Amino acid sequence: MKRAQLITGLVLVAAVLVTAVVAVFWTPFDPLRVVAGQRLLAPGWPHVLGTDGFGIDIASRLMVGARTILLVGIISVGVAAVVGVPLGMLAGQAGGWVDEVVMRVSDVVYAFPALLLAMLLAAIYGGSTVTAMVAIGVASIPAFARVARAGALQVMASDFVLAAKSSGTSRWGVARRHVLPNIAPLIGVQASVGFAMAILAEAALSYLGLATPRPNPTWGNMLRDAQNFLFVAPLQALWPGLAIALAVLGFNLLGDGLRDYLDPRLREVP
Amino acid sequence: MHLALRIARRTGVFVVSLLGASLLIFLLTNALPGDVAQVLLGTDATPEAVAQLRAQLGLDRPLPMQYFSWLGGILVGDFGRSHLSGLPVLALLAPRIAVTLWLVLFGVIGSLLIAVPAGMVAALKRRSWPGFTISAAAQLGMAVPVFWGGILLVMVFAVWLHWLPANGYVSLATNPEQWAAHLVLPSLTLALVQAAVLIRYVRSAFIEVLNEDYYRTARSIGWTPMRALFRHGIRNASISLVTVLGLQVSTVLVGAIVVESVFTLPGLGSLLLTAVNQRDLLVVQGTVMFLVLAVLAISALVDLSYLLIDPRQAAASEQGEGSA
Repeated sequence: MKRAQLITGLVLVAAVLVTAVVAVFWTPFDPLRVVAGQRLLAPGWPHVLGTDGFGIDIASRLMVGARTILLVGIISVGVAAVVGVPLGMLAGQAGGWVDEVVMRVSDVVYAFPALLLAMLLAAIYGGSTVTAMVAIGVASIPAFARVARAGALQVMASDFVLAAKSSGTSRWGVARRHVLPNIAPLIGVQASVGFAMAILAEAALSYLGLATPRPNPTWGNMLRDAQNFLFVAPLQALWPGLAIALAVLGFNLLGDGLRDYLDPRLREVP
Repeated sequence: MHLALRIARRTGVFVVSLLGASLLIFLLTNALPGDVAQVLLGTDATPEAVAQLRAQLGLDRPLPMQYFSWLGGILVGDFGRSHLSGLPVLALLAPRIAVTLWLVLFGVIGSLLIAVPAGMVAALKRRSWPGFTISAAAQLGMAVPVFWGGILLVMVFAVWLHWLPANGYVSLATNPEQWAAHLVLPSLTLALVQAAVLIRYVRSAFIEVLNEDYYRTARSIGWTPMRALFRHGIRNASISLVTVLGLQVSTVLVGAIVVESVFTLPGLGSLLLTAVNQRDLLVVQGTVMFLVLAVLAISALVDLSYLLIDPRQAAASEQGEGSA
């Protein structure tokens, strides 16, 4: 059961990755060129998923959308991990007032959903891929900090850290040689779950017009467009949503599966 | 720690978070590259006009002074003024708060009505197909973006069945029947997405109850599992449920903002979105501050109520065992 979840997650994530990479080099049709004569075609051949309100091939736009969502996910999760993990380790290792300050600041940022940050940024700069990445990245920092802190606290309480400290290993040495390697799996799990959150956030932002602007396709803005044709071509609103749901499901299952796989104590529990 | 002291501490955390949040919002709008006056006037404004507006808005003062005068305003209920309409932000918010509140209220109630029974069944039948089905459905539901959920519900109940309106809003005072009809799909959207998240917590809370002595006792005197869970389990599960809901406040609010956009409801979310598109920066700033204030206040209240509801917490406080 657990194994099946992990494998399903891996397959879905791999599918998104492959689609995104292929879309860099090839899409069946031009994802941007408006073709007047073939608006709102039903699924068929050669337009496998049909065409949208501008006569553009939906499958091609979905492929490019995978590219965008992957880019936003990698950058925002990467930024969040690079900032959040050292902060969390610092809080967990140092303790005392350092811990208190880092975690209080983290709590404040935690009260800020990515959507509100993105709205503030979009009001100043206009919504773009970059403002979406920044907003999602900043909003994801606290989650990484918490995971890293909890992991660091656990590692710091262990005998091997006590031994390392008593043999004169510096704080930096302990962090690099003992804490980081031991919390790496936890960070990996958080990255996978965080990626799922980032995909949902990016989709919501681009649906609201606060991320990558048209004509560039994203799964979110495709759904916004499809909503205008709900009474004429309802199928259009199916594909991008399905793409988002499957991608999110994939990263969630991968995260859960990794967590169970890495923690043998959880393996027997149903 | 004494109960009063813990309440004081939680209040202190609330005030500090509020200050931190206001500082963050202020710095994001004022200290990043990009000039507020320039944003408000657009790119084709003359430098003189920009300078004049800067002086008028007090943007030529040093940053700390600007921050404290903004914060001082908020403390007395002045969240700023729209540059476009000249109206105070609070006056813009007032007529829209009810819409968002109804949506959030019905959404949360709906999510509990779905998640509590579903989580209970998932716990009781966790080794057979009803349990697996509910867990799998929750896993799937967590992957559905809230706006797509809304669109799917519109497809089924508005486009296909013609039972309910696809979008729009009628106020309660105008026509209660229409008001309800227009709120069903938005509330259901929010409820379903939120329920998917809650089911997991409800399930594990009830699984814990299943292992408790009082549950075993109730079963051994002949109570059915359902009766034992209802009589004893609900109270215990509700404590963890309140905690989770407290953590989910901002998620629910974000969900409501997006749902408002799907169903074109005239709530706080649509006000924000319009202000963003019109680059009415001060309205965005004021509204975001208002929303964050609401989120922080609600989580503080949830924490405090949790402290007061749960007798074990109170007892622990009296005996000095509780950890803050």
